[in-house]
Amino acid sequence: MRIYRIIPVLALLIIATTVNAEAQCKAFAKKICLPELGSYTHDGNYHAAVLVEGEEAELYKTFYSDMDYRVAICGEEKLPNIEFRILDANKNVLYSNKDANYAKTWDFKLQSSQQLKLVIKVNSFNKQGETPASGCVSIMFGFKVKK
Amino acid sequence: MNKKYGIGTGILAGVLLLACTLTCCKSGGSKGPKEGATVEVPGSNTAVYEDIKKAEKIFNALPSPLESAMLIKSAGAKFDQSLLNPVANSGNYVTNRSMALNLGIYTCDLSFASLYEQTQLIIDYMNSAKKMADGLGILKTIDQPTIDRLEENINNSEVIMEIVSETFMNSSSYLQDNGQEAIAAIVLVGGWFEGLYISTQLVDLKEFNGNKLVGRIIDQKLSIDILLNLLNKNKGNPAVDEIIGQVNRLKTVFDKISITTSPVRPEYDKTTNTTVLKSEIKTDMSPAVFKELATIVAEIRSTFVK
Repeated sequence: MRIYRIIPVLALLIIATTVNAEAQCKAFAKKICLPELGSYTHDGNYHAAVLVEGEEAELYKTFYSDMDYRVAICGEEKLPNIEFRILDANKNVLYSNKDANYAKTWDFKLQSSQQLKLVIKVNSFNKQGETPASGCVSIMFGFKVKK
Repeated sequence: MNKKYGIGTGILAGVLLLACTLTCCKSGGSKGPKEGATVEVPGSNTAVYEDIKKAEKIFNALPSPLESAMLIKSAGAKFDQSLLNPVANSGNYVTNRSMALNLGIYTCDLSFASLYEQTQLIIDYMNSAKKMADGLGILKTIDQPTIDRLEENINNSEVIMEIVSETFMNSSSYLQDNGQEAIAAIVLVGGWFEGLYISTQLVDLKEFNGNKLVGRIIDQKLSIDILLNLLNKNKGNPAVDEIIGQVNRLKTVFDKISITTSPVRPEYDKTTNTTVLKSEIKTDMSPAVFKELATIVAEIRSTFVK
């Protein structure tokens, strides 16, 4: 009979933990990642998710030739380094933050408008036998009109 | 006892599966298996990482209403209040679909009014956006302190843009965190269509060739697949399915526009600490195709604001 008492408690626990994690993710995005945009205007879009070490995410977005852009990709402290690459439509890598000591931001502008792909990967601590670390990863875009 | 234990275990597994299904859909992006995905697999955590492979996330990012409005202004377009969705219409929207579409539309109109420093309109459109957000149950996104802050800073365009961006992010994150991905997608679609509608209406056909705004409209072809992917993730929702049909009609016109881009060459500028992505682009849209595009955009938009 004990099992019937445990079922709803476990279910509620899973739901509550995840919902809480998502709410924390929003707070993390606003408090930690938003300031990384500095003098750039945040576009207002929200892209954040709880990722586990080793996990990848992709983002597709059109960028315009009239704008200066800053992308900020931030992960919670408990996560290993976050690697991000920017690729063009032909899958050529245009930038990798691995070459910039895993910088959180990248400033860029375009001669002509392009659809670009961002590939985000949470690196791994490679600690065998331990539960993989998980935490919030947030992607934010800021823009300025080109002067 | 064994039978009881078996049933209990089955129920437990079922409930846990349901709980996981409910919660795992709230991570901001869509999830799905992907061919060729590479994930490092450290030692004994193989099983965990097998699950992670399946949980890869994909974000389809449309231009936000603020970005759409900024693109129109940067193209040198003039402000025209008659193109905005009148605030008086806000009382007409009672379904989640119409409120979501018009939250995006009013936010785009609000952004447009903000960039052109239309002080009274800024307050009116913020109130209309609030009405849509309240109707959708998005709590505290646009509260009275936000409206007060807006009024206090009505002549400070930087603060106004900050408030517009913040309120839009609060709405999107609330919807995503509460499993309302379809509604969040519809809000973005509304904002994108409004930007496209205003742009197409502002083009003067007498100055078609070399018109910067026409260039911005052509650029929207680059986002049409992102838009469809965003909607297709929520296929099966009747409101979304209807919009997919409308977007597919629009896509057939965008398919008549050609865009050819040379390979992208990144060049780092040390003085500004900025990378310039250099490439040449060739586009072709005839005035006839533009007229067709403008007509279909106006037609679809009229179904959104009615």
